[in-house]
Amino acid sequence: MIKNITNLGDAALYCDFGDKVNKEINSNVINCFKNLQKAKIKGITNISPSYNKLIISFNLAEINYQSLKEKILKIKFENFDYEISEKIEIPVCCDEEFNLDSKRLTSKLNISEEEIFKIFFDKDYYCYMTGFIAGMPFLGDIEESIRLKRLETPRVKVPKGAVGITEQFCNIYTFESPGGWNILGNTPLKIFDKSKKKNPSLIKPGDTVKFFKISKKEYLNWNE
Amino acid sequence: MNKPYFEIIRAGINSTYQDNGRNALYHIGIPYSGAMDKRNFLISNKLVKNEKFSAAIEFAYQGPLLKLKNSKANFVITGDVNFNIIRKNSNIENGNCYETYTLDPEDQIDIISTNRSVYGYFNVQGGFDIDPFWNSYSINTKAKVGPNNGEKFSIDQKIFLKETTNNFFKKKINYINSKIEYIRVIEGTNYNYFSKEAKNIFLSKDFKVSKLSDRMGMRLEGPKLKNIVDTNIRSEGLIKGVIQVPADGNPIIMLSDHGTIGGYPKIAVVITADYDKLVQLPPGTKIKFKSINLKEAENIYNLYNLETENILNQI
Repeated sequence: MIKNITNLGDAALYCDFGDKVNKEINSNVINCFKNLQKAKIKGITNISPSYNKLIISFNLAEINYQSLKEKILKIKFENFDYEISEKIEIPVCCDEEFNLDSKRLTSKLNISEEEIFKIFFDKDYYCYMTGFIAGMPFLGDIEESIRLKRLETPRVKVPKGAVGITEQFCNIYTFESPGGWNILGNTPLKIFDKSKKKNPSLIKPGDTVKFFKISKKEYLNWNE
Repeated sequence: MNKPYFEIIRAGINSTYQDNGRNALYHIGIPYSGAMDKRNFLISNKLVKNEKFSAAIEFAYQGPLLKLKNSKANFVITGDVNFNIIRKNSNIENGNCYETYTLDPEDQIDIISTNRSVYGYFNVQGGFDIDPFWNSYSINTKAKVGPNNGEKFSIDQKIFLKETTNNFFKKKINYINSKIEYIRVIEGTNYNYFSKEAKNIFLSKDFKVSKLSDRMGMRLEGPKLKNIVDTNIRSEGLIKGVIQVPADGNPIIMLSDHGTIGGYPKIAVVITADYDKLVQLPPGTKIKFKSINLKEAENIYNLYNLETENILNQI
C-alpha cells in the first residue's frame, strides 16, 4: 500500500502512495489514515491524507522518525468498509451573481453555459481530501470536456460558498478566502459548522457528493 | 463580588489567546495554531505558577492597553517587550520582562512594542476565564475557532480573570532571547525540483523577511529560486516549518496557522528547535539557511528541549 516512507523535516513522516490521482490510490490513503487513527500511537499529533500522500506529524519530545516508522510498519492494516461514507447532496445556485467565471468557462471550453451545467450536475463526485481552509472538500473527477486551469491571476477574495472547478477537480470555498478556481455557482449550505463539534465537516474524505441546481429564490430561502 | 477583568482600551495589532495548540484536525483543515514562540509561552505560565499549558495572551509588535477592574492581579510579560504600568495615581513605572508585578484595581498595563522581535506573552496568576474549543484555548482567526469566537481582541472588550487569591508573590528570572545566526533546515521532499544553482543560492545567500508575514506564513524576498521540474505538485499536506517555493521563486515558510494543504514544491523544512527563534524575526531581517541532516536536527532538538526544561525548573 505505502510505496515509500521518508522524513519531512524532523517531526513528520511522508508516506508516498504513488504519483497517480485516482479513487483506488486515494482509498488506500484514507484506509491507512483510518487505521492510524484507530491505532492511537503515542506521539502522533496530526495525520493529513491527500490525493496520494499521507503526512504523519509527531511530537519530537515523545517519539522520533525512526521509531515511529518502525511502529507504523508493524501495524496490521485492516480494510475498512466504506459503509461509513455518505452520499451528500449539495444545492448550488448558478445565477449570474454567483457564476463568476461564466464568460471564461464558455469561451475557454467552447461549449454553452447550459451544456457546462448539464455535464457538471450530471455526475457524482468523490471526496479525495478536505483542507487548505477548514472543511474545504477536494472533489473529483469532473468530465474531461469541462476541465481547465486555474485563473492566471487568483482572486484576492473568493466568496464563502463558492463552487469552483479546475483540472479534474471541483471544490467548495467554506470561508471567504483567496483562490484561483473557476467559480460557477454558490451553495447556501453550511459546509463547515463549528457548532457541530464532533462533526464540523459536512463532507469527509471518501464521501460522495451530488450537486443539484437551485433557483435564486430557493437559494435565498434556503433553510438548513 | 464583581468578577475581575481587564478592560481593553487598545487591542493591539494581533492579540489572541494561545496555548500549546490544537491537535488531530489537520485532516479537516484546522492547523495547530498555539503560541508561536513556545518557550516564551511556557515561561510565562511558570512565572505566574499556572499549569504548564494554560492560555496566555499573545500579541504581535504592539500589544494591548489594559485597565484592571474589581480586583488585584499578578501578571508577567515574556519576550523582548517594552511596557509600562500606569498606576491609578498616574505614576508610570517601566516594566521588565520575566518579572511579576501586582496591580491594584484601576491600574493599567500599556504594552507598547516588541523590540526587534515579533511576539510577546502576557499572563496572569490564576489564568483567564475562558472555555476551550476542540481541546485548546488557541484562537484561530482564519477558521474562527477558539475563545472570543475565534476573533482577535478588539477595543472595549473585557478579558475576564478566574477568581484570584490575594496570595500574590514576586518572581523573576534573567533570560535573554538569543539571536540566531542562521535557520537550520532539512532538505524537503521536492529539493531536487530546484536547479543546482538554486540550491546553492538557497543555502548561501541572504533572504529578507517580507512585510507580508503573519501567523500563517513568513514570506521571504531575495534571489529567485529556479525550479527545473515543475512549479506545482499535486496538492498534499503541509506542516509547520515547511518552505514552499511557488512559481515566482520566492520562498514562503509555513507558520502555526498555515493552510493545511498546498501545491507548491517543498524545498526544505525548518528544524523544530529553530522554530521559536524563526517566528520572532521581524520584517526586514536578513536570514540565511543552513542544511543539516535528520540525526543532527534530533540532537539539536533534544538539547533545546533540555535547555527549556532547565529554564522552567529554575523558576
